[in-house]
Amino acid sequence: MSATVITITSGKGGVGKTTTTANLSAALAACGKKVVAIDADIGLRNLDVVMGLENRIVYDLVNVVEGTCRLRQAMIKDKRVDELYLIPAAQSRDKSAVKPEDMIAVVDQLRDEFDFVIIDSPAGIEQGFKNAVAPADRVLIVTTPEVSAVRDADRIIGLIEAEEKGPADLIVNRLRLDMVKRGDMLTTDDVIDILAINLIGIVPDDEKIIVSTNQGRPLVMENGSMAGQAFRNIGLRLMGQNVPFMSFEQPDSFMKRLSKFLMG
Amino acid sequence: MNFFDRLLGRTESNSSHVAKNRLQLVLVHDRVDLSPGKMDQLKDDLIEVISKYVEIDQHGIDIALTNSNRQSRLTAQIPVVNVRK
Repeated sequence: MSATVITITSGKGGVGKTTTTANLSAALAACGKKVVAIDADIGLRNLDVVMGLENRIVYDLVNVVEGTCRLRQAMIKDKRVDELYLIPAAQSRDKSAVKPEDMIAVVDQLRDEFDFVIIDSPAGIEQGFKNAVAPADRVLIVTTPEVSAVRDADRIIGLIEAEEKGPADLIVNRLRLDMVKRGDMLTTDDVIDILAINLIGIVPDDEKIIVSTNQGRPLVMENGSMAGQAFRNIGLRLMGQNVPFMSFEQPDSFMKRLSKFLMG
Repeated sequence: MNFFDRLLGRTESNSSHVAKNRLQLVLVHDRVDLSPGKMDQLKDDLIEVISKYVEIDQHGIDIALTNSNRQSRLTAQIPVVNVRK
């Protein structure tokens, strides 16, 4: 086995990196892949709570890097899905506790055993981001259709290119169809047009994400939600499958059809 | 917005177009790390240099940074005033 190492990053905070990491990791594991998710956000650990594994942490990434435990001891097995593991971040340390070489060394030990190593990057463009990107084979950038998030994504794209980790792929998260229809939200096409980067997924805004985070159970573990399906589709694309983008279009209303008919 | 949308009182504020235009403009400058202020200086310097050689119409000058496919390009349209000797 030789793992594909994927780093999830964004520049801006709060756009859904951790949710994306949790859901993609669970989606890939549900497809029978052996997956380890690594929280690289040292000092602001959160992937553990989003995945619902916070009560089982004994050792963390910094312990591994400092040699106070073996790598295997820091790996928490998710009992709900076969072959899904988490390496949590340290909560009481800061980004300087880990260097890019350390991340490369840790990830290299995982490459033979896993199909996918998914790294949750911290926000920003400093040390923590550099640590998260250093071992990556490919990079997924998460953005929302807002000016600040898109601007930061553009900056990240430039940095990924400079680090020769590109070309990165883009996930447009929290798209609100009602607002797109009103012309009050950038469309996915607008974002792609501006950033000139490959799109790998569109995730609609879905309040079920908040419920799933409340419960510590990634949304892809249940059926019947748009966002969960969108994450599952991204997982399949990462496995090399050609999955068409979901259509979020609602059927046209009667007046819309009438006006289209009359106006041509 | 078509006739029926207007008839039904649907207004289109279209703030997404505003967002797109603003983003495109700000990113052009972000990508080359050239602020609008620096751009004005560049324009003044360019006028000074070119004016040493040819007479130019200073009001008709158009200097812009554009972007296509993440490639930045600085374009300048500088009208030259014909001087009959």
